[in-house]
Amino acid sequence: MSITGIFLATVIVGGTGLLLGLFLGFFGKKFYVEVDERVEQIQEALPGNNCGGCGYAGCSALAEAIGKGEAPIDACPVGGAATAAIVGKIMGKEAGVSKRMTAFVKCAGSCEKTSVEYEYYGIQDCAMMNFVPGQSSKKCKDGCLGYGSCVQACLFDAIHIQNGIAVVDREKCKACGKCIAACPKHLIEMIPYDAKHMVACSSKAKGKQVMASCETGCIGCKKCEKVCEKGAVTVKDNLAWIDQEKCVNCGACKEACPRKVIL
Amino acid sequence: MQELLMIGIGAAFINNVVLSQFLGLCPFLGVSKKMETAAGMGGAVIFVITISSFITGLIYQYLLEPMNVTYLQTIVFILVIAALVQFVEMFLKKVSPGLYKALGVYLPLITTNCAVLGVALLNVQNSYNLLEGVVNGFATAFGFTVSIILMAGIREKTEHNDVLPAFRGSPIVLLTACLMAIAFFGFSGLK
Repeated sequence: MSITGIFLATVIVGGTGLLLGLFLGFFGKKFYVEVDERVEQIQEALPGNNCGGCGYAGCSALAEAIGKGEAPIDACPVGGAATAAIVGKIMGKEAGVSKRMTAFVKCAGSCEKTSVEYEYYGIQDCAMMNFVPGQSSKKCKDGCLGYGSCVQACLFDAIHIQNGIAVVDREKCKACGKCIAACPKHLIEMIPYDAKHMVACSSKAKGKQVMASCETGCIGCKKCEKVCEKGAVTVKDNLAWIDQEKCVNCGACKEACPRKVIL
Repeated sequence: MQELLMIGIGAAFINNVVLSQFLGLCPFLGVSKKMETAAGMGGAVIFVITISSFITGLIYQYLLEPMNVTYLQTIVFILVIAALVQFVEMFLKKVSPGLYKALGVYLPLITTNCAVLGVALLNVQNSYNLLEGVVNGFATAFGFTVSIILMAGIREKTEHNDVLPAFRGSPIVLLTACLMAIAFFGFSGLK
């Protein structure tokens, strides 16, 4: 190959590149889309996990929504009050006091407390249990299945299977709500971080049935309902539930419960 | 006219870019999980391949061939395709933010879709003129879209099947692609 050949090749490739670069540069200016500066700043302030706990497609989608004023500044459940304060500063709004929340699994039927009706050897996934007899191999058909669909859903390593049931690590939980959606038994509820007393059962079966299937199931005796002075405990469908808004953490219901269902 | 039709059918079905030429396999396997995204990817590929086969045809005919430097085709075509994808991205962002959002990350990914470069090089290899090249490009991209949408439809179904553990994930997808390729082989009777 001659020198001219090399020269020609360089000129052609370089020239094409240069022309295309100029072309792109020109149209880059012409088609420039203005981006709200605040949106970029908000995005930096958000945690960046893209967990979707806020209900938007990800952190960038939420940042855009906050920038447009469609979402409140404390919409990120993961970042909590700290993020809301930074975002509030960017948006020029005062952040309200947002309450830290945590997930709670309403079941305490661990391996000692309840027994299995049969051994299950299928796919180790909670969703698959819809296809097995009784929709659970445990005696209690409403309890935690223990195959960890919630564990897989959690982005923060905050929920684990311990002794056959899912347990939330409150310190790690960011209240994004992914586990709530993942649980086919709808056992997980969002409660305030400082809540002390919860009903750790989701069985709506009658008292006698619960007695037979689990040592620590709620039988719907209504003792807790009667003893609560604030009207925070209600029993519906043979199952007690504590309204955390009204609860004052007095612990009377815990004392009264004959089945030790209330933690 | 008949010539063009033959090129079109040949490119779309008989020599289907994915299933018989094995080009553009990355998006075919990567973006075929959902019907919606598969269709979006297909649309974007049609757009880019059609335009790029036009522009690369122009460059080949009026720049590379007269200068006697046709050996530079690969590198020049890649330059053109990369710039074109960038341009399409900017253009869509300004003109149609909705479509830009729907295509999302798949738009820049087209740069690395070997089908785009493949079509440009094939146009040269078969010495198509400008119009034939564009028809060939469009038909190839159409064939790509058809096969990726078919694949997405099958994958949406197999997702819920009880597949053997060893075959779960990519293996079953590759087996599906293999069976589809055999089915598309039947089109070679059209010749």
